[in-house]
Amino acid sequence: MEGTAAPAPAIPPAAPLAEPIRNDALLRATRRRRVVSRLIAHGALLLGVLIVAFPIWMTLVGSTHDANTIGRGDVPLLPGIHAAENYATAWNEGGGRTHTTPASVMLRNSLIMAVAIAIGKIAISILSAYAVVFFAFPGRMLAFWAIFITLMLPVEVRIIPTFQVIVDLNLGNTWPGLVIPLIASATATLLFRQFFLTIPDEFVEAAKIDGAGPLRFLKDVVLPLSLTNIAALFVILFIYGWNQYLWPLLIINDRSMETIVVGLSKMIGRGDSQNEWNTIMATAVLALLPPVLVVALMQRWFVRGLTETEK
Amino acid sequence: MATLSLRDVKKSFAATSVLHGIDLEVADGELVVIVGASGCGKSTLLRIVAGLETPTSGQVVINGRDVTGLEPADRDIAMVFQNYALYPHMTVFGNMAYGLKIRGMAKAEIQRRVAAAAEILGIGPLLERKPKQLSGGQRQRVAMGRAIVREPALFLFDEPLSNLDAKLRVQMRAEIRRLQRRLGVTSLFVTHDQVEAMTLGDRLVVMNAGRPAQVAPPMEIFSRPADIYVAGFIGSPSMNFIPASLDQGNGSARLADGTLIPFADGPRKGTAGMPITLGLRPEHVEPGDGPGSIQLSVELIEPLGSETVVHGRAPGGMAVTARMPGAFTGDRLPVRLPPAQLHVFDADSGRRLDP
Repeated sequence: MEGTAAPAPAIPPAAPLAEPIRNDALLRATRRRRVVSRLIAHGALLLGVLIVAFPIWMTLVGSTHDANTIGRGDVPLLPGIHAAENYATAWNEGGGRTHTTPASVMLRNSLIMAVAIAIGKIAISILSAYAVVFFAFPGRMLAFWAIFITLMLPVEVRIIPTFQVIVDLNLGNTWPGLVIPLIASATATLLFRQFFLTIPDEFVEAAKIDGAGPLRFLKDVVLPLSLTNIAALFVILFIYGWNQYLWPLLIINDRSMETIVVGLSKMIGRGDSQNEWNTIMATAVLALLPPVLVVALMQRWFVRGLTETEK
Repeated sequence: MATLSLRDVKKSFAATSVLHGIDLEVADGELVVIVGASGCGKSTLLRIVAGLETPTSGQVVINGRDVTGLEPADRDIAMVFQNYALYPHMTVFGNMAYGLKIRGMAKAEIQRRVAAAAEILGIGPLLERKPKQLSGGQRQRVAMGRAIVREPALFLFDEPLSNLDAKLRVQMRAEIRRLQRRLGVTSLFVTHDQVEAMTLGDRLVVMNAGRPAQVAPPMEIFSRPADIYVAGFIGSPSMNFIPASLDQGNGSARLADGTLIPFADGPRKGTAGMPITLGLRPEHVEPGDGPGSIQLSVELIEPLGSETVVHGRAPGGMAVTARMPGAFTGDRLPVRLPPAQLHVFDADSGRRLDP
């Protein structure tokens, strides 16, 4: 049993203070080892940052020179003076050989798609996770496993039949056709399921006694408790949606609905003609900004949602 | 103001039967405590009354109305949970008002009720806080407040004190009792703690393996336990049990070593030589030498301050616990078994044998 104290030991006579160690060989070796290990750690981190940051720097620099500089084969490492006109061209006219969709339109399209995908995925997965966790219905585990198995079927695998279905429904070149096939999400459903499982049964019972029906319980208790998780998922899913390439490439032919990731790749010509790298780089930088903004603005929530649970 | 009747309530989960037919009548304003070891079905019974579980058969009748098929919200009950189950994202006010809000009660009336309940419980200054910012005792009060504002016919308490530290538990116990008296609301209280049960209840239901072993006021349960289970469960340290048999025209008990103990209150029914179990509470074991005394060799001494619990062993190998006022030291203790304090049980059925 804890707490049964041993008889208090007699206080031993105070030992004389040990001589402080000065300039001892062991002490010096310890210091040296600490400095070296710190250098190694920082060196490795710095290398990592360089590897990640260098291409982005190249893009940024490239977007500030005129087309000829890059066309000559120079690789400038310092910013040039043509930033304003490059970005203006990219924003207003689009660039590249074909002078295609302006970046402003493509950014708007990507934004619509990414937000719709993120919101749609969150809505669908909250509802399905809520059903799987809080209701006992026949086939509940079957439903759960059916959702789980779709984890193994990414968009690319089911893309041909999905394409067929969307075309048969006359949804080609439409927003629903672009967004709906990307919405069903096993990952988000699983995450919400795991979170809902941590909500104590007693809340459910207290709500029953309070007279709250299932939808009321979802709205008044489950959703407020899931806010941080929803925010974290929104960040992940927004970026997932933003980066979609293959599906928008297939289903959208109307250039006014082109998303920026697709549009960007179309700007790079494969023929002999010279690419307008300055405009392409500027468009690439513009394409980077919204995801960066979303992450930066929601970072605090994002971390909280992934690490904390409010209970 | 209401009564509660349970009529032959049975419950089984798949093949396992957990309640074997419970009948119980709770009078208006009465506080009945359901007490038992874990797994005896006491929480299941409470949850059936609440409507959180459906009985396999039987009826739950509140105030003369059969509520067996009704949702919890329509039974006019309020429940206090073991972990309080306060919604973490709502303020204290929000928690207490939530049930009323769903009922569509007018804002002013909600305000009035919550303020009144907060006043009774002394949590007025906490109304704008979140549960996270409250101590255990305060959360407990809020959970009770949530029950009070409903002005229900029936309070249900599911081990509400087991998450509190010992000192607070004693305090809240008294407070619950006072509150229940003051509001006069019929209540069911589930606990595994016999002290809680004894101090709180107007009547106790001692549950054993899905059956009520005894339903009676606390002191009757203590002084006339209906069977060996109840006798051993209520009282701390537990009652001593001594195997014996009926002898001398059923007027005495013969112990294994041949000692005869005459019953103080007359012969028991039964056949001669029938095995019985004698029960004697540790505080009734009388220290003292003399004819008929048993020499205990002391195995363990537990000093509790005002009294001492001595665990000893009789020459025949039988364990005997004695509770004595004051301090005790030594390795031998002669004790007598006063016949007037003996409880007599049928060794086979475990039932109490009265003269």
